[in-house]
Amino acid sequence: MKVDRRSFLGLGIGAAAGIAVSPVGMKLTDDSAIWTQNWPWTPVPVDGEVTYESSVCSLCPGSCGISVRKIDDRPVKIEGLAQHPVNDGGVCLHGIAGLQYLYDPARVKTPLKKNGDKFEEISWDDAIELVAGKLADLRKNGSPEKLACIADKEQGSVSGLFQRLLKTVGSPNFYTMPSLESYLEVTAAALHGEGMTIGFDLENSDFVLSFGAGIIEGWGSPVSCFKANASRKERHAKLYQIESRLSNTAANADKWIPIKPGTEADLALGICAVLLKYNLFDSMVASEFRGGLNKFAIMLQKEYTPSKTAEITGVKASDIEKIATLFAKAKMPVAVFGKGRGDGAQSLKELAAVHTLNCLVGNINKKGGAFVRQKSEYLEFPDVSMDSIADAGFAKNKTGRYVNQLIEKVNKSSKPAVDVLFVYNANPCYSLHDPKSVKQAVGKIPFVVSFSSFLDETAKEADIILPSHTFLERLEDVPSCAGLAKSVVGLTEPVIDPVFDTRHAGDAVLLIAKALEGSVAESFEWETYDECLESVAGGIWDSLSEDGYAIVSEGAPFGSASVNISFLADNPATVQARGDDKLTLIPIDNMRLISAGTAASPFAVKTVSDKVLKGQDIVVEINPLTGKGLKDRGFATLTTPTGTARVMVNFNEGMMPGVIGMVEGLGHTFDNKYVSNKGINVNDLIGPVIESGSGLDAAFGIKAKISKA
Amino acid sequence: MKQENNNAHKFGMVIDLDKCTGCGSCMVSCMSENNVPFKEDESNKKDSITWMSVYKLTNGKSFPDTEIAYLPRPCQHCGGKGDHGHSPCVSVCPAVATDYGYDTGIVSQIYTRCFGCRYCMGACPYHARYFNWWDPKWPEGMENYLSPNVSPRMRGVVEKCSFCYHRYQAARDVAYYEGRDDIEEHEYQTACTTACPSGAIVFGDLNNPAHKIHQIVKPDPHPDPRNKHVIGKSRNPKVFRLLERLGTNPKVYYLSEREWVRKQGDSYLDGEWDKIKNHHGTSSHG
Repeated sequence: MKVDRRSFLGLGIGAAAGIAVSPVGMKLTDDSAIWTQNWPWTPVPVDGEVTYESSVCSLCPGSCGISVRKIDDRPVKIEGLAQHPVNDGGVCLHGIAGLQYLYDPARVKTPLKKNGDKFEEISWDDAIELVAGKLADLRKNGSPEKLACIADKEQGSVSGLFQRLLKTVGSPNFYTMPSLESYLEVTAAALHGEGMTIGFDLENSDFVLSFGAGIIEGWGSPVSCFKANASRKERHAKLYQIESRLSNTAANADKWIPIKPGTEADLALGICAVLLKYNLFDSMVASEFRGGLNKFAIMLQKEYTPSKTAEITGVKASDIEKIATLFAKAKMPVAVFGKGRGDGAQSLKELAAVHTLNCLVGNINKKGGAFVRQKSEYLEFPDVSMDSIADAGFAKNKTGRYVNQLIEKVNKSSKPAVDVLFVYNANPCYSLHDPKSVKQAVGKIPFVVSFSSFLDETAKEADIILPSHTFLERLEDVPSCAGLAKSVVGLTEPVIDPVFDTRHAGDAVLLIAKALEGSVAESFEWETYDECLESVAGGIWDSLSEDGYAIVSEGAPFGSASVNISFLADNPATVQARGDDKLTLIPIDNMRLISAGTAASPFAVKTVSDKVLKGQDIVVEINPLTGKGLKDRGFATLTTPTGTARVMVNFNEGMMPGVIGMVEGLGHTFDNKYVSNKGINVNDLIGPVIESGSGLDAAFGIKAKISKA
Repeated sequence: MKQENNNAHKFGMVIDLDKCTGCGSCMVSCMSENNVPFKEDESNKKDSITWMSVYKLTNGKSFPDTEIAYLPRPCQHCGGKGDHGHSPCVSVCPAVATDYGYDTGIVSQIYTRCFGCRYCMGACPYHARYFNWWDPKWPEGMENYLSPNVSPRMRGVVEKCSFCYHRYQAARDVAYYEGRDDIEEHEYQTACTTACPSGAIVFGDLNNPAHKIHQIVKPDPHPDPRNKHVIGKSRNPKVFRLLERLGTNPKVYYLSEREWVRKQGDSYLDGEWDKIKNHHGTSSHG
């Protein structure tokens, strides 16, 4: 066959037309797309029956109700629980990402014992025997008070069991990490008396005067605060935010009042002075004041005139008078303390000064005001039995007043001040100021027992780890300790069988107590923690188990509260930041990170802006005026009396000149690459400053300098 | 091509930027609901897959007059010019991997059809589409929390927000089982909507006057007299859409009392904003 030009072209065009019209080409493209994407390693989640289980999130003190969607036995999604008294449906990002903690690469999968620098697996029986043996030795040597325990909180049955164990062993050394609840109690104790706590009725107040409280940055019970804030406009309520940085709360507020960092207490006293001077306070409440209201008033008129206050705080004198007038004239005003999340360092002067505003305008125990009520004691533990060793040990003085003093004592003493340390639900080697010195103290303690679910900074320093279930694997009562107007106890329920060889910390305590025998074991007669909870929660157990929560108190408490003003009347000194440099470094609370001991989840860290974290570099915020000589997005060296760090710079017009902001919650060293080794821990740069009188670590920040790297 | 269906839904969203706190719950709820993976470093936001992304806006003024707002951005589910279903991405997809649902107004994404040409990413004016540069990897055991309702994606495909279409399907299944023709407003809500602790997101059917979103947005069914491609402009002076004048006709609306926030919905020439800002749909239907 002869191929001529005509037939060649004809064939070519024909073939081209044929291919274009034929579906084979398209089909092959489609098929190749499908078949090249069916990789065996792409997971195909198994389908099954859908069920929902209710529980309570205990990642923060907020204690929101959650609904867990399950496919057969697998939890696949956490959502907010509608009609729950704390959060009614909403939920925060950390709670939603809760399932990531179940399978966290840093989880402690079995009890561990330290051998040299390494951890070795150990059986539960051996681990319990070892811990009980150490406690028995302490008792034998007549020094049971050398057992100390650091827990996250005082409330709840698990914390109750730890306190009970310490008491029956014979040690008064039970400590909690600083939290909003602990500050509420300290404030209430100073002004109203021991055993009281404070709640703020934010959802009803028509004028919230916030002294840096990050109402939408995770302060208090976050979702409840979000809701109260969101309904503000409909309720025609106002929010005035006093803060040195334009936080999200400040940006969302009706007015942002920038203030020199660390002078919030002075501003609160300045406002008190205006209220007293112009008789703007509620004259009915004057009779409630003890400890020298006149002395207080005279001190204020001398030391806190608007012009003097303006000089200290940087807030204009006319603004101070205006704020005072608005606050006094509002129907249901409330002043709120607790900078950021409210769990960082605070001074009693600031806490008391702000709360005195509430006392002066007479909003105590009134709708939309501040509620002063008894700490809720909903648990009824049976009496303990203590032998003579326990009696003698328990009667001794605590080694330190707060956890900071404990650490300081341990570091300073040549002989071990503490022989055995229990750490439950707390990560002091990360979340206290100057973690290096905390680690040093923990290192000096001969035997440290961690009950952590994760190999966190403190667990790494432990000699024995008795890993706990995560909140999705355990039963526990969860009191909301977060300045809520109502007092609610939720019930966390297991939504999945334990993923690893972990145990309930409550059960671990029971096992240790039983191994100690004698009077200690007698005080722990329950077979399991679950049985213990059911019996000690007696009064509210029915409600807890049926509804998943119990409301202990709701609405304004009856009656008024007397106010002891003597602490403030003496005009205590305002705590100053450490150092001599011109700039002040302050920590920033960011809703998307967690500042307490737990690291944020991979999902939460993923949402963090590249203006907070870029690669492994932490980004600090600084006003362009202060950052002269520095470059936006450039590197700089940040130096404080406690440490030095290489940081990236972000020019932010929302920063007060002279202030550097660094986010809290980064710089973890867990074995979890998704959340660790990112940025630095701001606590490394800030050392504690103890307020005289109260003993609180009140380092709101530290003096710093920054230069081009 | 014009397909009219009187029973058709037009699912949309209105986000109150004055209530939004930038907390990020919507982002995490979306990732958890839709099996979105995560990797070691997510600080390069160009390759970080976030179907819902929250942008930070500032008014550009210096201390102390600075203001901040947050703007959550899911896929805008554009109706395209004239709202006929020719969304920018749908128009360019050579594989019909993304399509416009005329019964719902939702722009779909079919991962197994996508062969990764990324034309749609170039066409999308909202950066709402993300490419899987790597296969997803979960730490050991974490695959146990994956939901069977949404297929995990593989390397080489584009993904984006689906308005939680699987939730629509589930709600329809329930309605069918119970012998109902249609679903109720509360039965179909996206994961971001239900998660928002501030209640800033309202989701529903823009075609249904009984739905809350319709009452807030008051969409104008007639073309904008200034630009005939724009349909569904809000008659609420506080409501706007992103880059509205492009005529992409997004179904995601934003609400703010603050003028500077509304102005950031588009780029304006000097003086242009003042002419445009008071124009809210046709007056005859107000």
